[in-house]
Amino acid sequence: MNMGLSRLARVSVVVALTAFVAACASNSTTDPNAAGLGGATTPGSVAEFQSAAVGDRVYFDTDSSEINGQGQAILERQAQWLNRYPRYSFTLEGHADERGTREYNFALGARRAEAVKNYLVARGIAAGRIRTISYGKERPVATCDDISCWSQNRRVQTVLSGG
Amino acid sequence: MLNPFRLFRPLGFLAGLAACFALPVSGGVALAQGAGCNAGTLCIDLNPRNFKPLPIAIVDFTGEAGQGAQVAGVITNNLKRSGVFEPIDRTRFPEQNIAFDATPNFAAWQSAGAQAVLNGRVVRDGARLAVEYRLWEVSTGKALLGQRHGVDAAAWRRLAHLASDAVFERLTGETGFFDTRIVFVDETGPKDKRRKRLAIMDQDGANFLALSSGDELLVTPRYSPRGDRVAFMAFGNGRPRVQVLDLGSGQRNVIGQDGVMSFAPRFAPNGGTLAMSIENNGQANIVAVDLGSRALRPLTGGGAIDTSPSYSPDGTQIVFESDRGGGQQIYVMSAEGGGARRISFGEGRYSTPVWSPKGDFIAFTKQRGGTFAIGIMKPDGSGERILTEGFHNEGPSWAPNGRYIVFFRESGAGAKLHMVDITGRVDVPIPTPNFASDPAWSPLRSAR
Repeated sequence: MNMGLSRLARVSVVVALTAFVAACASNSTTDPNAAGLGGATTPGSVAEFQSAAVGDRVYFDTDSSEINGQGQAILERQAQWLNRYPRYSFTLEGHADERGTREYNFALGARRAEAVKNYLVARGIAAGRIRTISYGKERPVATCDDISCWSQNRRVQTVLSGG
Repeated sequence: MLNPFRLFRPLGFLAGLAACFALPVSGGVALAQGAGCNAGTLCIDLNPRNFKPLPIAIVDFTGEAGQGAQVAGVITNNLKRSGVFEPIDRTRFPEQNIAFDATPNFAAWQSAGAQAVLNGRVVRDGARLAVEYRLWEVSTGKALLGQRHGVDAAAWRRLAHLASDAVFERLTGETGFFDTRIVFVDETGPKDKRRKRLAIMDQDGANFLALSSGDELLVTPRYSPRGDRVAFMAFGNGRPRVQVLDLGSGQRNVIGQDGVMSFAPRFAPNGGTLAMSIENNGQANIVAVDLGSRALRPLTGGGAIDTSPSYSPDGTQIVFESDRGGGQQIYVMSAEGGGARRISFGEGRYSTPVWSPKGDFIAFTKQRGGTFAIGIMKPDGSGERILTEGFHNEGPSWAPNGRYIVFFRESGAGAKLHMVDITGRVDVPIPTPNFASDPAWSPLRSAR
């Protein structure tokens, strides 16, 4: 009886945490967490690229276009995957959080996309497969108005095409 | 036969009374605008040290049924929002109507606390509508102003704006700003899938009109010096480029090159040149584009983010923001490029500089400690003054008289437009049907 209750409590915590994470990320149609939790994806598919096995997003520090350690790990996996599946071309979408002025953020998003492009080209990806675009602060994935959300919005998203 | 509906025909017997001499203000007050009040005539001193809002009575205009009250209502709202006037509540009026040819009961108005009284009439002539009005000084019984304006009847609100400008100018010695429009970005839908439309309205929020469908992302509209065109950045087919819309014909022209992101457009005072940023390999630099030949001249170079250019009113200089020294700061350079010098040195990051149409101030957005302020400084960087601060204010644009600034204020759900004056005393919302951002103030329509 007691055990049942405490299990129930634990499940509730997990549900609440999941709901909290989802509240910040639920607006994205290509959420990597959602794909990753679903289990196996077809090798070489867009779903696989978006899953935790690769990861289609690199996050940045505030007002920075430097690729941090976490970002490097993701880009290494992206480079490996993209080299394995050369049939894909892709767009690097640079984004900024809302704590910057609009025009500057277009330039900052472009700078971030360029940093990712340079990283991938250095790992052997042909520049001709890469297109970059900046959305500045116009396309947030998370809209909950605090630090956890802002950090999700400072990103470069690798969007595959072709294949 | 004389056309009685010509714009701006002062009534003969009052001509010459309408001079409110601008005297230099002594004492070195930072915000003195040079318009002083000369002794002996009713004049509002806008110098913050001496300023007091003027109690004024705007009596319902006579004539056309209903229209006279509407015109008086628009004038009352304008003058109140300017913060310069304190319109007296009609419940305190000693007389609800004053015939156009009659003289107000000055003793009664004095007891009601009014220092000035405005009365007038609306006259219809077919498809056109005109107002005639008189502004009275209560203490002396003198007529300070008498004017007549005529417009197409459908545009009747302009009559109220023209009259508001005349009253503002007569009693402050400064140019008015009511007969103007604002272009901005109308925002609907959830925050992560915002529908952004180019929109236009009168400065008081009336006559809202959407100018784009919302199918494309569109931001940062900027007026041409004559108010006939609007430059903006749009993401047509995933290609973010600067475009120019002709407001008369509705025709759109893409200015930016294909394959290169262009943004942050701003017209030069000559109207034939546009400054904007272009992005190449992660670098943003400022260029000038000749709108006739489309020839493009680079004005800055290097790896920094150089953006938000704005011309001085004489067209010889450009103020812009750059992170060449680390964070975003404001610089002034020659309009031909070169000679850039930093002018912002306060704590924090400075961005979106806009040169006042009078040339005396540069408005900006300032970020420090997680807040976004709207402020002004002199073109040499001195005399910084924060007008409003909080999370999140952005994107100032000057009224044509250089005394008011429109900007957008984000507060959680979405952005709305607000207006501040250069003393920071006035801070009023500008009503919009939906969320709204990126406002740009038009020049005076009557000055074209």
